[in-house]
Amino acid sequence: MSIFLNENSKVIVQGMTGSEGMKHTSRMLASGTAIVGGVNPRKAGTSVDFDGTSVPVFGSVADAMKETGADVSVIFVPPPFAKGAAIEAVDAQIGLAVIITEGIPVHDSTFVWAHAQGGATRIIGPNCPGLISPGRSNAGIIPANITKQGKIGLVSKSGTLTYQMMYELRDLGFSTAVGIGGDPVIGTTHIDCLEAFEADPETEAIVMIGEIGGDAEERAADFIKANVTKPVVGYVAGFTAPEGKTMGHAGAIVSGSAGTAQAKQEALEAAGVRVGKTPSETARLMREIIAG
Amino acid sequence: MDLFEYQARDLLASHGVPVLPGGVAETPEQAEAIAREIGQTVVVKAQVKVGGRGKAGGVKLADNPEDARARAQDILGLDIKGHITHKVMVAQASDIAEEYYFSYLLDRSNRTFLAMASVEGGMEIEQLAVERPEALARIPIDASVGVDAAKAAEIVDAAGFAPEVRDQVIAIAISLWDVFTKEDATLVEINPLAKAPDGTVLALDAKVTLDENAAFRQAGHAALEDTAAADPLEAAAKEKDLNYVKLEGEVGIIGNGAGLVMSTLDVVAYAGEEFGGVKPANFLDIGGGASAEVMGNGLHIILSDPAVKSVFVNVFGGITSCDAVANGIVSALQHLGDEATKPLVVRLDGNNVEEGRRILAEANHPLVTVVDTMDGAARRAAELAAA
Repeated sequence: MSIFLNENSKVIVQGMTGSEGMKHTSRMLASGTAIVGGVNPRKAGTSVDFDGTSVPVFGSVADAMKETGADVSVIFVPPPFAKGAAIEAVDAQIGLAVIITEGIPVHDSTFVWAHAQGGATRIIGPNCPGLISPGRSNAGIIPANITKQGKIGLVSKSGTLTYQMMYELRDLGFSTAVGIGGDPVIGTTHIDCLEAFEADPETEAIVMIGEIGGDAEERAADFIKANVTKPVVGYVAGFTAPEGKTMGHAGAIVSGSAGTAQAKQEALEAAGVRVGKTPSETARLMREIIAG
Repeated sequence: MDLFEYQARDLLASHGVPVLPGGVAETPEQAEAIAREIGQTVVVKAQVKVGGRGKAGGVKLADNPEDARARAQDILGLDIKGHITHKVMVAQASDIAEEYYFSYLLDRSNRTFLAMASVEGGMEIEQLAVERPEALARIPIDASVGVDAAKAAEIVDAAGFAPEVRDQVIAIAISLWDVFTKEDATLVEINPLAKAPDGTVLALDAKVTLDENAAFRQAGHAALEDTAAADPLEAAAKEKDLNYVKLEGEVGIIGNGAGLVMSTLDVVAYAGEEFGGVKPANFLDIGGGASAEVMGNGLHIILSDPAVKSVFVNVFGGITSCDAVANGIVSALQHLGDEATKPLVVRLDGNNVEEGRRILAEANHPLVTVVDTMDGAARRAAELAAA
């Protein structure tokens, strides 16, 4: 098993015909993902050839789902149109919408989140690398060649730290790695992933990577204390970030005493999570756990 | 982006929130002219993006234009908690019968918007929230619905506004929601919202934070940016579309991906403890691409920082392969020529790493040291910066 994404997932790409969409659709296909269609109202009825694989383009998410049985959409649509694309996916009741797009105004992402409440769609992102269940399916931009299928679950706000951690533990492998994104408002949280990993029989241990800003890690710590029985190893980036400066991610900002790495580490440790000081130390802690 | 008070006031006024007449001045003469136009007692307020202006002597009353000029003279140039005052706002002074509080903000934890209102204004809201939480109404707002007259009334009544100001505050709540949504703000706060002796309710001070991600549809926002305060290196980086933040240390940092770069800063700071407290000099995320051009621009910015003693290039080749990154470093150094004078420690990992390391070894640039691990490279960069 894995979480959110498996070998049976049928994936469509909104914004497939743009340059990022083309590049990453090609990569997702190469890593064995079942890409069953693209969505572009102006190119409906055409198809795009990726190294001999012909992928049909549909006029809407609903059409693509009806024709192909798609249950996952990966969204590469640029910021001005991303809200519309996400709403379309939610209204079509697709099971999972992965919003890769970076730079979406927070009013748009908050609207999409409110709109999706009570609906059938899990949203991951925005401003995230997506998720991968190695050897099964890859929905987003996480490189598929870093590691293989295994027993570690990973959830992270950051893309490159996800890659780094997968690389550090590449010989062990992962059930699923989820990049949830660094924006202030995101669809799937650390807690959602922890809950799913806890329920996934294949996942034996969990790595959770956080960063400064907000209180998601503190809330995750409370959740772990109450609900997670599997071992969790944590890492938090941004100990040296000064107050009031945004560190790359729109959500990565320390305001006053809120959102500091120190507070997050303390909360996680109080919940029994072993927290690494660096990515490599975090990987070492995970190795100790796996070795028993 | 946080706005100055005068910018926030103008933005509120443009959406129909009542404010007092006033203007912004960069010289005592301008302050005098504005006071003359207002024609009565004015308040001269330092325009700095930090709280505690009053205590620092940054807010003064002036009875006449000459007095306003003298007060502006006092306040301009004033250092308030490290912020130098370059501008003052001159506004009509108002007697205050009662002070209230009203704000809308993004509630990250609950992924929604939040209205906060209180009839006990005039103090720091953080303090009120801690000391008298029952006096602060907190009403979540469904982002897909927004604030209409009924919602505004719900907020105003929850805060317990008196009947004689209720309608005015409801109207302000609706106008302020307009500011919040139409300007893509993540915070709009009126503190104090004041009742004048004649019963009129108006905004006496305001804070606004705008979402920079919305720049593509907010053409007017670029002009609100405080270019005077920006660090010159940060300004130069912004021009090149680089995500750069100047810090106080000696080790220049370049990496790809915000999380990895934040992590790099930490690892360098830990390593620096061993070498007399050497610290990272900056945050610079060159993004997933890490092309030669972007690498060159990044190195150029970092090498123009006189505080930088060594540079740590930390790249994980995920989408980009390490050979492309290595070629980028080599050609950037070639292009920079004599400008490159400081030692570079490079750590590459990930996609095609062997080829990347081979390219760097072959180029054999005298300033470049390749170290295999992130911790080891951080240690080496800190050591070089301390040398």
